[in-house]
Amino acid sequence: MNAEARDKDTLDVNHTNDILVWAELRDGRPTGVVLELLRKATDLSATQGGAVSAVVIGPRGCRECASELIAHGAGRVFVVEDPRLELYQADAFTKILFRIIAETRPGIVLMGATSIGADLAPAVAARLGTGLTAHCTELRVEDIDGRRQLAMIVPGWRGNMMVKIICPEKRPVMATVRPGVLERGNPDFSRTGEMVPIASGIGEEDFRARTLEMVREPEEGGLDQAAIIVSGGFGFYEAGGISLLERLARAVGGMTAGSRPACDAGWIPESRLIGQSGRTVSPGLFISIGASGAPHYTTGFANASLIVAIDKNPKAPIFDIADFGIAGDLRVIIPALAEVLETER
Amino acid sequence: MPLRILVCIKQVPAPEQFDRITLDPATGTISRAGIQTVTNPLDRHAVEEALRIREAVGGVVTVLTMGPPQARKCLEDALAMGADRGMLLCDTAFAGADTLATAAVLAAGIRSAGAFDLVLCGNESLDGATGQVPAQLAEALGWPRVTRTRKIEVVSGAKTALVEREIEGGFLRVDVKLPAVIAVVKRINRYRLPTVFGILEAGKKEIAEVGCAACECAGLFAQAMGLRGSPTRVAGVFRSHRKRRVEMIGGDPKEAARALVARLREMDAL
Repeated sequence: MNAEARDKDTLDVNHTNDILVWAELRDGRPTGVVLELLRKATDLSATQGGAVSAVVIGPRGCRECASELIAHGAGRVFVVEDPRLELYQADAFTKILFRIIAETRPGIVLMGATSIGADLAPAVAARLGTGLTAHCTELRVEDIDGRRQLAMIVPGWRGNMMVKIICPEKRPVMATVRPGVLERGNPDFSRTGEMVPIASGIGEEDFRARTLEMVREPEEGGLDQAAIIVSGGFGFYEAGGISLLERLARAVGGMTAGSRPACDAGWIPESRLIGQSGRTVSPGLFISIGASGAPHYTTGFANASLIVAIDKNPKAPIFDIADFGIAGDLRVIIPALAEVLETER
Repeated sequence: MPLRILVCIKQVPAPEQFDRITLDPATGTISRAGIQTVTNPLDRHAVEEALRIREAVGGVVTVLTMGPPQARKCLEDALAMGADRGMLLCDTAFAGADTLATAAVLAAGIRSAGAFDLVLCGNESLDGATGQVPAQLAEALGWPRVTRTRKIEVVSGAKTALVEREIEGGFLRVDVKLPAVIAVVKRINRYRLPTVFGILEAGKKEIAEVGCAACECAGLFAQAMGLRGSPTRVAGVFRSHRKRRVEMIGGDPKEAARALVARLREMDAL
């Protein structure tokens, strides 16, 4: 393909202002992040214009979730029903979503950074030849270089640094957002919307990777439900802090967790990993111990009601995002804290 | 027929060096110059899985990275673990790439190196952490993909692999036709460390260098590489507004602990 043909192939021309949200289903219902994205899409459309649509891909009967999507802000719901799409089928979902985007030409496509969304979004973006920004913590319309563009905010790599990403030329602009990062709106069942059934148009060739079954496992951890989380950084775990951390967690009735380096070193399981490539949690109280506060980590608990940071370095960026801080020798502070909690109820 | 496996690996800043990463103000791309690096941990799991598959059904393991000349180091590490040959995609034309342009160059590099049955990747890198490259690489190759894979079964002579991919609250069992791109998560295996023998052997193994010209020969136009081929741009860097104002609690540890607990109880957080 020569350069000219390649440029013509992209969707830069004639894209609309519309915003499309992929509505991932779990047990026939839209996942939480879908409702969060619809609220954001509704806000963005109020600023920049354009309609908000959702697309649902699933087995027969999945159209029943359309009313919920409409109540959360979708003006139009594209429904693709096919009995072969009960489970996530990577090839088929990619083809269907690609085709709907190519035909309806939205200016913005938003998807949840769930385990499935994080597989589907990059494939669709690559097939469209457009840009995709992962794990956005904020999306807003701004005047950049003399025109209105979607500014996608992602955590930087130190302190409270944030990076603003744009996709100046290619359309649609695509972004993923982790569950729990944006706020969910209240459903309004008086809203009206249109449901548009679309044929799946898939064949045997769209099942090169064929999902055979879904196996449920009781989720170890359940960090999402924890009211209190005690989380340790690499340094603290490495210094043998795991037993101290567990003691503290018991004393406050919380669960233990940790940062990516702590997980890579094998101190905590992946299910207890907090941050950009792990869990986003919003407990009532988050206690971070011995982590300097890289944004990849802090983005995972920025929405906690109350954050306590304990670190040896009083200048660590973790203190910029905490409500309470103690700086000092962790090997002394943590046992002292556990003792106070255990003895002075 | 032995399986031809290729593993994509990446050199990343050592976690404790993240503070030293800077941003090039002209291009808005990340500069990692002068920073201590390691092989992305998940990529070591991908190399390990390739070695295990080779040990089980026979095959050849090629490791590939895109990066500056010093990225050779992570290839040497993988060769010391037991990979058979290395390939360094290195050209100034590749610099400043986002995930789309990275995937395009990786795919061109892979095509230039011959035919493969399986490409393995770590699911995401420690630094960028987008997790987008494996799926975009599969698209660029025109192959199927499975990401977040925690188990791979390849039967000798089979044209498919049976894998388990993680989802929230469980996993999916997927039967994927080869050739395919499979991205692995940490729990797939425990990776081996290089032995002295492995390190000595690694010195004898070949690392091929591939530049822009070879990628063009493989069908990729220069404007699809590096910064030029990247649809996304960094528009700026800023400090987030402090949503919270920290109250530092001083005093000796026991006093500080007591004061903290008192404040938390006041606020009904405990």
